Amino acid sequence: MAAASPSVFLLMVNGQVESAQFPEYDDLYCKYCFVYGQDWAPTAGLEEGISQIASKSQDVRRALVWNFPIDVTFKSTNPYGWPQIVLSVYGPDVFGNDVVRGYGAVHVPFSPGRHKRTIPMFVPESTSTLQKFTSWFMGRRPEYTDPKVVAQGEGREVTRVRSQGFVTLFFNVVTKDMRKLGYDTGPVDTQGGLGPSLHQGNLQ
Amino acid sequence: MNPKEEKVKIISQEFTEDGVEVDAEVERRKKSRIQRQQKKKKPPTTAPEEMVSDKSHEEYQQKMQETVEEEPESHLLSVTTRRGPRSLPPIPSASRTGFAEFSMRERMREKLQAARSKAESALLQEIPTPRPRRLQSPSERESETEFGPEPSKEVQGTRQEDDSQSCSRVKFRDSVRKIKSKPQAPAGFPSAEEAYNFFTFNFDHEPEEPEDKSNAKDRDRAQEDEGREEETPAGRAKKTEEEELLNGKDAEDFLLGLDPTVHNVVAVKPAEYKSAHVRLQKEKETLFTPSRLAVPTYKKLPENVQPRFLEDEGLYIGARPEVASTSQNIMENRLLMQEPVGKWFGDDGRILALPSPIKPFPSRPSLSTQEQSAKAELETLYKKAMKYVHSNQRMIGSGDPPGNFQLDIDISGLIFTHHPCFSREHVLASKLALLYDQYLARQQRNKAKFLTDKLQALRNAVQRGFNPEEPHQTLDATQKTINEYKSEIRQTRKLRDTEQEKDRTLLKTLLKVWKEMKSLREFQRFTNTPLKLVLRKGKVDQKADEEAYEAEIQAEIQELLEEHTEDYKKKMEEYRASHQQWKAWRKAQRAKKKKKKKAAEEHTDEEEAEEPFPEEDVVKPIPPEPTDPGLIEQQVRERAAHSRRRPGEPMLVPELSLAGNVTPSDQCPRVEVSRREDVKRRSVYLKVLFNGKEVSRTVTRQLGADFRVHFGQIFNLQIFNWPESLMLQVYETVGHSSTTLLAEVFLPIPETTIVTGRAPMEEVEFSSNQHVTLDHEGVGSGVPFSFEADGSNQLTLMTSGKVSHSVAWAIGENVTIKWNISKLSFLKSNTVATSGESYVPDFFRLEQLQQEFNFVSDEELNRSKRFRLLHLRSQEVPEFRNYKQIPVYDREIMEKVFQDYEKRLRDRNVIETKDHLDTHRATVAKYLQQVRESVINRFLIAKHHFLLTDLVVEEEVPNISILGLSLFKLAEQKRPLRPRRKGRKKVTAQNLSDGDIKLLVNIIRAYDIPVRKPMVSKFQQPSRSSRTFNEKHSASPSGHSPGHSADYPLGQVLVRPFVEVSFQRTICHTTTAEGPNPSWNEELELPFRAPNGDYSTASLQSVKDDVYINIFDEVLYDVLEDDRERGSGIHTRIERHWLGCVKIPFSTIYFQARIDGTFKIDIPPVLLGYSKERHIIMERAFDSARSLSEGSYITLFITIEPQLVPGEPIREKFDSQEDEKLLQAAEKFQAECNLKFPCRHCLTTVIDLSGKTVFITRYLKPLNPPQELLNVYPNNPQATAELVARYVSLIPFLPDTVSFAGICDLWSTSDQFLDLLAGDEEEHAVLLCNYFLSLDKKAWLVMGSAIPEGPTAYVLTWEKNHYLIWNPCSGHCYGQFDTFCPLKSVSCLIGPDNIWFNIQHYDSPLRINFDVTKPKLWKSFFSRSLPYPGLSSVQPEELLYQHTDKAAAAELQDRIEKILKEKIMDWRPRHLTRWNRYCTSTLRHFLPLLERSQGEGIEEDHRAELLKQLGDYRFSGFPLHMPYSEVKPLIEAVYSTGVHNIDVPNVEFALAVYIHPYPKNVLSVWIYVASLIRNR
Repeated sequence: MAAASPSVFLLMVNGQVESAQFPEYDDLYCKYCFVYGQDWAPTAGLEEGISQIASKSQDVRRALVWNFPIDVTFKSTNPYGWPQIVLSVYGPDVFGNDVVRGYGAVHVPFSPGRHKRTIPMFVPESTSTLQKFTSWFMGRRPEYTDPKVVAQGEGREVTRVRSQGFVTLFFNVVTKDMRKLGYDTGPVDTQGGLGPSLHQGNLQ
Repeated sequence: MNPKEEKVKIISQEFTEDGVEVDAEVERRKKSRIQRQQKKKKPPTTAPEEMVSDKSHEEYQQKMQETVEEEPESHLLSVTTRRGPRSLPPIPSASRTGFAEFSMRERMREKLQAARSKAESALLQEIPTPRPRRLQSPSERESETEFGPEPSKEVQGTRQEDDSQSCSRVKFRDSVRKIKSKPQAPAGFPSAEEAYNFFTFNFDHEPEEPEDKSNAKDRDRAQEDEGREEETPAGRAKKTEEEELLNGKDAEDFLLGLDPTVHNVVAVKPAEYKSAHVRLQKEKETLFTPSRLAVPTYKKLPENVQPRFLEDEGLYIGARPEVASTSQNIMENRLLMQEPVGKWFGDDGRILALPSPIKPFPSRPSLSTQEQSAKAELETLYKKAMKYVHSNQRMIGSGDPPGNFQLDIDISGLIFTHHPCFSREHVLASKLALLYDQYLARQQRNKAKFLTDKLQALRNAVQRGFNPEEPHQTLDATQKTINEYKSEIRQTRKLRDTEQEKDRTLLKTLLKVWKEMKSLREFQRFTNTPLKLVLRKGKVDQKADEEAYEAEIQAEIQELLEEHTEDYKKKMEEYRASHQQWKAWRKAQRAKKKKKKKAAEEHTDEEEAEEPFPEEDVVKPIPPEPTDPGLIEQQVRERAAHSRRRPGEPMLVPELSLAGNVTPSDQCPRVEVSRREDVKRRSVYLKVLFNGKEVSRTVTRQLGADFRVHFGQIFNLQIFNWPESLMLQVYETVGHSSTTLLAEVFLPIPETTIVTGRAPMEEVEFSSNQHVTLDHEGVGSGVPFSFEADGSNQLTLMTSGKVSHSVAWAIGENVTIKWNISKLSFLKSNTVATSGESYVPDFFRLEQLQQEFNFVSDEELNRSKRFRLLHLRSQEVPEFRNYKQIPVYDREIMEKVFQDYEKRLRDRNVIETKDHLDTHRATVAKYLQQVRESVINRFLIAKHHFLLTDLVVEEEVPNISILGLSLFKLAEQKRPLRPRRKGRKKVTAQNLSDGDIKLLVNIIRAYDIPVRKPMVSKFQQPSRSSRTFNEKHSASPSGHSPGHSADYPLGQVLVRPFVEVSFQRTICHTTTAEGPNPSWNEELELPFRAPNGDYSTASLQSVKDDVYINIFDEVLYDVLEDDRERGSGIHTRIERHWLGCVKIPFSTIYFQARIDGTFKIDIPPVLLGYSKERHIIMERAFDSARSLSEGSYITLFITIEPQLVPGEPIREKFDSQEDEKLLQAAEKFQAECNLKFPCRHCLTTVIDLSGKTVFITRYLKPLNPPQELLNVYPNNPQATAELVARYVSLIPFLPDTVSFAGICDLWSTSDQFLDLLAGDEEEHAVLLCNYFLSLDKKAWLVMGSAIPEGPTAYVLTWEKNHYLIWNPCSGHCYGQFDTFCPLKSVSCLIGPDNIWFNIQHYDSPLRINFDVTKPKLWKSFFSRSLPYPGLSSVQPEELLYQHTDKAAAAELQDRIEKILKEKIMDWRPRHLTRWNRYCTSTLRHFLPLLERSQGEGIEEDHRAELLKQLGDYRFSGFPLHMPYSEVKPLIEAVYSTGVHNIDVPNVEFALAVYIHPYPKNVLSVWIYVASLIRNR
């Protein structure tokens, strides 16, 4: 019974938190969660996840590879509040305390297809040098009260942050009934997105 | 193995690899065909044997062979391992196989087609083989293998239809069958026969098989088809030939028919192991390991190519990057493996590589080695920020300093070419000057000379053109150029002549005017102008001149002659043409004329050839006239004489000079003098108008005698509009009188390239049309005048003149010209594009294009329900704030979604009386609601302002003390002997749910619980207690439990109190203790539920529930009716009698986190059967201290587990109308106080209801209490004070946190408070304090903390010699040294004109001195340094009190009574509730008495009264007294007493309500609840 006029559209996201570049840190794990608007509801999959601890690769890339899968499906009636994925990366500091190494957020891509996103990560700065020292010494770095803060614009003007590294994500996005509801988010460039991977596949 | 099972397994095998199998099968068949061709001479020996053999045996054998055969086959033919699929159960998916089969079938068909053609060719060779016999064989076999032959039979049937095809088909199969007969293949291959049998066999699994066997022959065709359909796909390979006969549907059925068989079987096999050897083998096939060895060069190069080394050839190739040779080799090997001899290798056979990009030395410029200079190099240079104001200077009025474009207008002077004051001489003079100017201009250009030269040049050219020395030029071309030249010469000559003539005329006019002038001067005998014309004669060589003249004339004549000749020729030709026509016409008419004409024709032909003979007699029509050279010469000479200087005539050069003398005025006639006077009086100035607006004007200059005005002014116009017009207005002033506008001169706007310094001076002429007639020598303007004496030859001159000026763009200091130009052009286009000329908008639209981007009109947007919903949600309208999943379509949004919201909007001004029993409260509630909304809106806005702490969690920097402490902690004992209480961890109330929060109530002990009226006392002290009731009471046989009374000493009355805590309808109680000073020390745990499960701070703050702590007395009644049983059993009933309660609002607990202290128990004024008087006769002496306070006390400890973090107060900075200085002082004062005593809360400014900061003393001002109250005790100020306090306490208490969701503490003024009839401690205290002030008491507001409220406000009054502390909410007053005073600490006192902060060591009222005059004890806000500025009060002048409507109160009273009765009945669902009307009326009469006496001193009378009326009832009950706000608290209060809990069967109830109205709708509610039990 395929409804002629659907009342919700679906957004299926799967992909992975692939890897990260944190030049100064090692043994990090990441945590992801989704932030979405009031009109959105997750219907399947995991909204949150904590990855394993990954060590840097031994090659020159020095990449931290998590390959941590994401798989979630949302339904919504309104593109307003389109889901964002919020990543927070943690790892031990010199004294072995678990401290935050980066926050970052990005919108789930709008158009169906395969997307790669590289998010810059940042952490809030201490308010003073003394604070910085004590926080380093005590292993209690400043953290956001809620990682979801990074997905919103409100109140951010009071914070000062420092850049930390990058996290690379891959998304495979499938939408359903978007077009039927009048939202055309057609793929920007299907060829570009799919081309290289297909090509590689052919070579093998 | 069961054969059948195996069969199925094979089927499954076939399923999984049918493709390969079938292919293989065909292959095999082909092979076998070849074999058969080889062996066909052999007779088929085996076949008949097999045919006759037992069917099952055959089948079995077949199967066995098959299974054996499968193994090698699979290894040979299939890539996929065979074992896997075999051990697995078959996949029971018909559709999938069907699909696979379908495509397979196609392929098969193709292959078979090929095979068939081969077979046919083979058959052609073996035609002699006996076909008929073969055809018989299937029928023979029919009896043995049941279904196998059927197809062939079918083929037989069809063969008639399609002979050729089926023939070959049968052939094919027959050929296969032939193979069957040959001996079995030794290599495990099945014989062809077996294969055929296998494939054509019907693997029918159905149980009807035996039956089928027997009935095989009887079957009709359809059944056979079915049977075949059930065949395994394995049979397909064979069957494909037959498939052509099956239609599509059959094929489908065939596939589906397989299904049930397949999924029943699971085969279990041992795990597969592949030996390492095999695996290595396999890996060798798939994996490639590049070798490390160097690859020989020839492999890397195309064949037969010698390696070529570019470097050896002398070409430059860069150094290759260093790569280990092994890795290079590996790479080369790898590349070679992928594509041998590809693009990867260079000519030299090495792998291609770019030159190494690494430079051997750094390319960065090296810094000097010395450290200092290195620093210097790194030093940054500070450059002041440049402000590019120009870049955004595009529109009008964009706020930047004007004048980025400057137009320089240089007005050097003004010359009148005519002016009314001109004398005649002036007129001539100006004419002369004009002519001279013209002359000079002509002279400068010297056109005549130029033309003469040109003429000369042309003539020379023509001369040369006739030269025959240029052979290469064709005659035509030469002729053509010569003709051109000639026409050129003609024109030039004409031009020259006119020019020369003009020059001559000009000169003549000049001389003529000068002569006139001279004559005029002579005539008038004075000179007005200094003009003087001097003629200079140039020296001329007479002879040469004459020669040149003559030559010129000759040349001209010659040319003219030529011209004329040519002209003549042309005309002749024309003539001839016309003549010919004429002739033709004539010829037709007259033949005789023919000859003549012919002769003439010939003649002309000759003439053409011979040019020098132009003269010829020409006949008709009109022959052109020949030219007369003499005539021409005459003409030329005449003209030359007229326009040219005669030879020998001197060359005249006029020179105008101003050297002449002007006759002084005194030598002039009167008229001339007056004219000169007039001229002197005149002055001129110019106005500069830019775009029609005057921007500046020149100085006023007097008109000179020469009618020239020199200004020499430069105006710099700083413009930021594109100049559209630039105008000068010439104004003339005569004397001191009027100014007249003479003329307007428009100046051209210069090109952008014209800049100052480059602009030439230009003159612009102007003229005026004014008419001026003057009475002196001046000729006037616009008036005719004449130079002649007779007035003839009149002239009319208008005022006119010239302005010499220059206009140019200025160059700024740092503005380049280029920039200027580009910007200006932009500016121009911009202005033209946007505003045009007339339309200049008087507003600036930020989003001009907004209109274009609107999707739909606003109305349409509003009509859409969805957008409305979205809009309301984003506005955070409370109804929609948390609306989830707004539907996609309008139609899915129910209209009722908006109903509540719309209703609320509608009802904003409508007062609802349903929830509230009287209209006034309803209004108030509405008003309160509105205030709340506005405050919440403010709060919502403030909530969007974040602080760093809201976003970032950061450890605070530890200061020295904390560090020290933490160091100290290291040395601390792990388990100290005297542990100290540690702070609990606070929980932010967000992720909590029901049941997570508990309320802990620790009931420790109580003091002075009322005791029962001792029944024993009846005997001991009959005089003290009231007799009748007690006697009755005690007279009943069921007294107190006899055992107890026996246990206690005489006179010791018993009370068995227990405490019951009820919160949110959950009830817990302690065990029963004994005695009036019981000690329970019990912890009760009550769950807490937040409204709607919302545990946010805002929601928790607005929880209105109270914690009721009720003290009951447990009374045991002996219900044994028969005394005889007393010996054998005890039968008692427990009753509980309410003694009093303590009520603590939850919000207090929430904000205080814990409440610890001793509280006064609220005991009803009348407690029947109990005595508050203590029988302390035996209790020694310490009671003297206690007797100060009356009442009972309970010690409690209440807290919430886990501890919740109360919401923080709003951080918004409120605006204020207070003086800035005062606010600063207040802040400073507060800061100082906080520094000294951080625990003491100092209050200087508060926020009023409109959200403004107000200085606190403005709230205190004497205000009149209601007159009624003053009239009660006119002579007793103390009683009046108490009455007033009681009145204030009757105003319901509503904490701000509840009404405003904990946002802030708002202070309402007393009139607002009385209007609202709700407020917290501050409002009560302020009102009470104001009343006391008006009663001429010394009163202060005490800010401090009390139990249980926490921070609160009390009132302090100074009575004659002691201080009294008033609790405004309860109306009680306490002496300063009352230990049970709830006020525990005092932080500051506030009077109407000052604030005093407590700087004493202690803050307990018991230990401090309230004398505010002592600056050592009290720090005052206003002091000598900051005197009290006399702040006006925010309170009204006077409070107006309306009398409360008594009727309304009575009505309310009835309604409350009814509601309460209903409630009690509701609470007793299982029992009958009887109401004793008699008792009720008695109680109702009693309540007003209580109100009047405020519940004191009437108990005895009341008791007596009751006893009299209700003699045979056991009565327990009490009056409750409350202020009235709503019905709900009343119900709660009644419920908490537990009166309804009595379940004695014959109990009766009495309930009376009395409402006493006080002014301003303050209502005092009394509820008397009682239960009665009839004593039989």
